[in-house]
Amino acid sequence: MSEFWGPFWIVLAGALAGASCGLLGAYLVLRKMSLLGDALSHAVLPGIVIAFLLSGSRDVIPMFIGAAICGVIATVLIETFHRRWRVQEDSSIGIAFTALFALGVVLITAFAGQVDLDQECVLYGEIAYTPWDRLFWGEWDLGPRPIWILGTVFALNLAFVLVFYKELLIASFDAEMALSVGVSAALVHYMLMGAVSVTTVAAFESVGAILVVAMLIVPGASAYLWSDRLKVILTLSALMGVISAIAGYFLAGVWNSSIAGAMVVVMGVLFALSLIFAPHYGVLGRFVRQVRLSLKVARDHVLLKLLRERESQRVSALSWGDLVDTAARWVSGIAIRSLMWQGLITRANGHFSLGEQGVVHATRLLRNHRLWESYLNQIGLPPDHVHDPADALEHFTDDRLREEIRAALPDIATDPQGKRIPDG
Amino acid sequence: MPIISGVYEVIWDATFQLVLLGSLLIGATSGTLGAFAVLRRRSLLGDALAHAALPGVALAFLWTQSKALPILLLGATVSGVVGVLIIEAIVNYTRIKADAALGIVLSVFFGGGIVLLTHIQRSEVGNQSGLDKFLFGQAASIVRADLYVMCIVSVLVMIAVFLFYKEFKGLIFDAEFLSALGFSPRVVNLLLMGLIVLTVMVGLQAVGVILIAAMLITPAAAARFWTDRLHVMVLVSGILGALCGALGVGLSALAPRIPTGPVMVLVATAAFLVSVLIAPRRGVLARRMRLRANALRENGQHFLRAYLALQTQDKQEVVLADLAGELQLPLYRVRRLAKRLGRDGWVNTHNGACSLTKLGHKEADFVVKSHQLWEYYLVYRSILEEDHVDRPADEVEHILTPEIIEQLETILAEEDIDIVGDIHKAHSGYRRTGRDE
Repeated sequence: MSEFWGPFWIVLAGALAGASCGLLGAYLVLRKMSLLGDALSHAVLPGIVIAFLLSGSRDVIPMFIGAAICGVIATVLIETFHRRWRVQEDSSIGIAFTALFALGVVLITAFAGQVDLDQECVLYGEIAYTPWDRLFWGEWDLGPRPIWILGTVFALNLAFVLVFYKELLIASFDAEMALSVGVSAALVHYMLMGAVSVTTVAAFESVGAILVVAMLIVPGASAYLWSDRLKVILTLSALMGVISAIAGYFLAGVWNSSIAGAMVVVMGVLFALSLIFAPHYGVLGRFVRQVRLSLKVARDHVLLKLLRERESQRVSALSWGDLVDTAARWVSGIAIRSLMWQGLITRANGHFSLGEQGVVHATRLLRNHRLWESYLNQIGLPPDHVHDPADALEHFTDDRLREEIRAALPDIATDPQGKRIPDG
Repeated sequence: MPIISGVYEVIWDATFQLVLLGSLLIGATSGTLGAFAVLRRRSLLGDALAHAALPGVALAFLWTQSKALPILLLGATVSGVVGVLIIEAIVNYTRIKADAALGIVLSVFFGGGIVLLTHIQRSEVGNQSGLDKFLFGQAASIVRADLYVMCIVSVLVMIAVFLFYKEFKGLIFDAEFLSALGFSPRVVNLLLMGLIVLTVMVGLQAVGVILIAAMLITPAAAARFWTDRLHVMVLVSGILGALCGALGVGLSALAPRIPTGPVMVLVATAAFLVSVLIAPRRGVLARRMRLRANALRENGQHFLRAYLALQTQDKQEVVLADLAGELQLPLYRVRRLAKRLGRDGWVNTHNGACSLTKLGHKEADFVVKSHQLWEYYLVYRSILEEDHVDRPADEVEHILTPEIIEQLETILAEEDIDIVGDIHKAHSGYRRTGRDE
């Protein structure tokens, strides 16, 4: 095998498997059935063993048929347990696949003399053998067999997702809506299960079960963190499958380890990265949003404090110790510094006072606050209960909302505590 | 009698007794904890954890160069705990649901474990053969010292379940109540998950990575069919687990080639199927019988109503074929119905025609009255128009009790509403129900 073609076929096999599984995996994650791939890849064992016993050879086609039949049986069992017998869905999956797997192991050991199979060979088809596993048409060498299988599976899955895009979308997000527009959610479900069965069997026979199980779950879940749009999720999911196939191959060389295992590890890394960096659902994005929000609240409170002091005691400056919020010293300190930096507040002799722009901002906030208090009082909250909710709402009130509240109130000049509502 | 004496020998074999005890304990422990895992909707946690053990086993070997069970078990447990923490963190802090979180930990940890194992193998750091045996489980290969470890851990786990039963119960049914009592649901959850990790790791060597998952799920799911009460379910599940463990060991002792784990799982599956079939209230048979009894009652009552509709002043007999036409049922079913009602003493059948007995008339009057009262009530309460009440009344007439009828009568009497015949002009229909045979 040449220096180029060997690695190329392996990476291509991984990428095709990754893209095929990624497409379906996105739906499995959405439909909360991620572990179906894991279940199916174990449940097919008795089918493979029986096919082997009947055909007496390790020929692929009988084994594939046996596995496919067993996959369908597993799917039907899971559905029967869940829908007819009302067993929880996760339990249904667990019971069905472990029972079939146990049956398979018993069959293997019972016919140990005749079955030249062990768990390893059944469970870990090895992606590293891809370049040497050739497909022949008479005398012609058509190239690596796994590429043909996975290529076909990928084409089928792509066609399935494209043709039934709308049906899958509706059935995945809203089964009742699907029913009302004439899409049979059950039919879509069975078609998806069928596609997952075929993909699982085809892919794990050529690249190994562990890779298939991971590729059905991890890219889909990672993509789900990046977007709410199904098209984007599908594309990203398939893409991540491909990326992990490529990166995994080279890492396996560096680590001197199993290629499939390394590909899975890359998927895990991609998931971890998504978990941290995905803009909306990532941990980092959420952290940044929270920090910004608490900074905004802290800034608003500093401005309001200064304005209220000025209003009530005619003191226009406060010391750092008076101004800082002792409950959130750190955020409050940053808020004061950022306000100074923007010139909204100024410092003289260690005391802070509102700048010109600061007065405008603070007045607007105070107006928000007191309008909300009046409004909450008007809709039935007693005057001594309006401060806290108004304190929370004042930060999120823009010009339009403010004037809508103003319009909903009678012409008043003061809030329920008798304090003047400033003009903003 | 070679088989019997064979059995006799096996039973008195000390090693067999030890293996039996071990499997019994593992079965009981996993059954007990499985009940909680299933109700927490973490059925497949066992599967995920068993796979997640692999990198821990490989790393433990890499560091210590030892294949002693306690060391490997420690590695497996540490990586199981890390796996659980990651799963719970993903579920709590991201939009990823439990199933995907389990799957991610399962596959990525296992993939990482494979990378480590193959690395060890190829770089010849040491002889790694046998490490994977730890995962695939072979109860027969367990040595005495291993069994002691298993027994001690099992007993400790069971004691912990006993001590924290109330907290676990709170966690499953009402986490808010639990926090009101001053327990952090998150801590209790981690404690429960930690116990599950221990159970999985201990059971791993005996039944193997895939099948330990079954020992957590299947007995618990079977027990769920028998009861709605948590402590009964936990007990039943634990006992079922223990029985499966013992039977698995016993059966595979008779056929030594067949490993223990799969036999245990198949026994558990059989127990599950039997439970599904014969469990008293939720079982398939019980449900079917309930449906059948309902259908019988409904059809019987329809029979009576149809009889009254067809009966004329001068003739106290109705031809069965006419009844079949009225009910829109095939004649053979009407015949069978007449026979059944005859057995109840409501109907006399002769020469293809039937007449009601006194008892039958009483019942028929009651049914018709139920039907009419309900129709009047619906119209009186302006719930439905007069020509739309037949169908709903047809569905409700079968479940109205004499008390409800009395109430309806009082309500309608207070409003001076006379009940004279059907409120609607249309012909009364009869709801088609399922099979009654």
